[in-house]
Amino acid sequence: MRFHAEPIDFTPQPGRGAPVWTGRAADGEDLQRFAISVHRHGGRLAALWGEDRRPQGAGFRLHCVFALDEGHPWLVLDLPAENPVYPDLAGIFPAANRMQRAARDMVGIGFDGGDQRPWLRHGAWPADWYPLRHDAGPAPTHENAPSDYDFVQVGGEGAHEIPVGPIHAGIIEPGHFRFSVIGERVLRLEQRLGYQHKGVERRFMGADLATGARLVGRISGDSTCAYAWAYASAAEAACGAEPPPRALALRALLLERERIANHLGDLGALGNDAALAFGLTQFMRLKEDWLRANAELFGHRYLMDRIVPGGVTHDLDAPALSRLVGQCERFGREVKALRRIYDEHAGLQDRFLTTGIIGADLARELSLSGMAARACGIVLDGRAYRQDYTPPPPWAALGVRPATDERGDVAARVAVRFDEIFESLRLLRELAVGLPAGPLRAELAPVPGGMGLGVVEGWRGEVIVGLNFDAAGRLARVHPHDPSWQAWPALEHAVLKDIVPDFPLINKSFNLSYSGADL
Amino acid sequence: MISLLKRILRTGILTEPLPAPAEQGAQPEPELERLHDDILAILGRALTIREVDAGSCNGCELEIHALNNPYYNLEGRGIKFVASPRHADMLLVTGPVTKNMENALRIAHDCTPDPKLVVAVGDCGCGCGEVGALFGPNYATCGAVENVIPVDVRVPGCPPTPVALMRGILAAIRRG
Ligand code: SF4
Repeated sequence: MRFHAEPIDFTPQPGRGAPVWTGRAADGEDLQRFAISVHRHGGRLAALWGEDRRPQGAGFRLHCVFALDEGHPWLVLDLPAENPVYPDLAGIFPAANRMQRAARDMVGIGFDGGDQRPWLRHGAWPADWYPLRHDAGPAPTHENAPSDYDFVQVGGEGAHEIPVGPIHAGIIEPGHFRFSVIGERVLRLEQRLGYQHKGVERRFMGADLATGARLVGRISGDSTCAYAWAYASAAEAACGAEPPPRALALRALLLERERIANHLGDLGALGNDAALAFGLTQFMRLKEDWLRANAELFGHRYLMDRIVPGGVTHDLDAPALSRLVGQCERFGREVKALRRIYDEHAGLQDRFLTTGIIGADLARELSLSGMAARACGIVLDGRAYRQDYTPPPPWAALGVRPATDERGDVAARVAVRFDEIFESLRLLRELAVGLPAGPLRAELAPVPGGMGLGVVEGWRGEVIVGLNFDAAGRLARVHPHDPSWQAWPALEHAVLKDIVPDFPLINKSFNLSYSGADL
Repeated sequence: MISLLKRILRTGILTEPLPAPAEQGAQPEPELERLHDDILAILGRALTIREVDAGSCNGCELEIHALNNPYYNLEGRGIKFVASPRHADMLLVTGPVTKNMENALRIAHDCTPDPKLVVAVGDCGCGCGEVGALFGPNYATCGAVENVIPVDVRVPGCPPTPVALMRGILAAIRRG
């Protein structure tokens, strides 16, 4: 199969996951042409990473996952062992900027031109040592000195900088924000991330499937179900196995419970950031009830390790399912009452409306996905039908209605989150009532050399996991991709022209993952 | 406004006695009440905590946030999270300490006035169990918090529950 008459042949990936096609670019020019064509057709750059294939007698490999209306073309480009360099894609997709820099820091594959500053490497290891190369060995002894970073300077009379972080004022992950301001107005925000980098990708190398599953569920704790499902889906595609229908329905149930838990927490925090402590207390109460029910139904408050390659670990019996339905009804009523209070609260709406705006064009340009994109009026949800796209099971049978809002501001992200809670509650009831019978898990046997890609619509957006096995059937390379990669730069735009005191509110309306993108 | 007040009245005070609706999981609730009392008895004053995420997956942060929900109501008991280590009696540290956070954690520790307490949170922060081993020292992490700064109390778990966290905070106060 070909896309837009570009001369690259793609093969559909087998299995029951989201639609993926694999293809190979002949050279850098081929890749660049394909990227331009995807961009022209309104597509996105979904993920990019590098791989060392020298143990297989080859060179290096660049992986690019694009997103089109019909699904995800996964394009690889083989690079020579000596001087592996490919053409810079950031001029076509700005989202490529940080991913290319990370691939260079991790694997040592370069790109010509563009922004060459390090990204994940701060000062803990030398610039010519690459942790994801097979012959990297233990890290060389190196003084862990904080490195200088070349922030873009903003000049002009009265302009000054406010550096924030890496340790922030609240209970929140670390990162550095450099605000350039005049008075309290933000002229520019530049992020420097990577503080959460803990070598996750290297830990996958040589691990078995089960160890990888535990690791993948701890890349971003708030999205553990999304990651576990994307990983399982990639592994199943690589092994040519299919999870049973009951497992797929239970996975959806787990994912929607995760979505609701996160939206509840963030809606409370958003109320609090706009000085309505009542909102925080009420939503935190609901969230705690929700988490306790998770523990009761599935044995873990955040549902870690419940989705595994081949299926799921926990079943729900009839009484548990009817309790779950009852809980959804109560939550529907409670959240509806709170929404009315939020909607009618003038002080809250005054802070939410027109704050932190992103337009649809900018969102497309930045390859934004998920809740933040839907709040710019982009109807994009991997669980829902759209032209040329059929969602994978079990979504196809559920008729998911994506929540959207045209406004692109904090108010829109609040509205989308409320709407998504109601839709997820509906999905939970349908899933509970129509749970198919059958086994929970299929056997999985790693296929040496096999590769697979999983795509799951997590609560933030598209969570992607690409993996491949080595000749012994162990994990050669796993790359987990968080939607925050694309959304962090969007946040840099969203605060422009707003005032510094609105930043916490804008930031919370996205609530991006540091750990998920720092790896 | 009326609906807001009505909602507040209808919600009532949840902290004491702890609610036990049918759908809630088993929580050692009597113990929770005892912990609250112990904290008050031992301290009789406020305790301030600076939370430092030094490399977590953000799972531990979710449970630390939960400490302030109306059920656990830590702040209502005079235990407060503060924005600066200079205002803190205790550091609550999560994550396998990443190399990229190592210096920042040392600085935060240096800035915390003596006498100070340090509680390491989670299997990552304690370097224990399968998860602690997964994230143990490598090119990018120092592993357990105690590999970087002295630790008074460890609270394992992935993530540890709010009750376990309260127990750990209390144990640190007892020792301090
Ligand atoms: S202990 Fe578990 S929840 Fe806490 S940071 Fe580590 S992996 Fe995440």
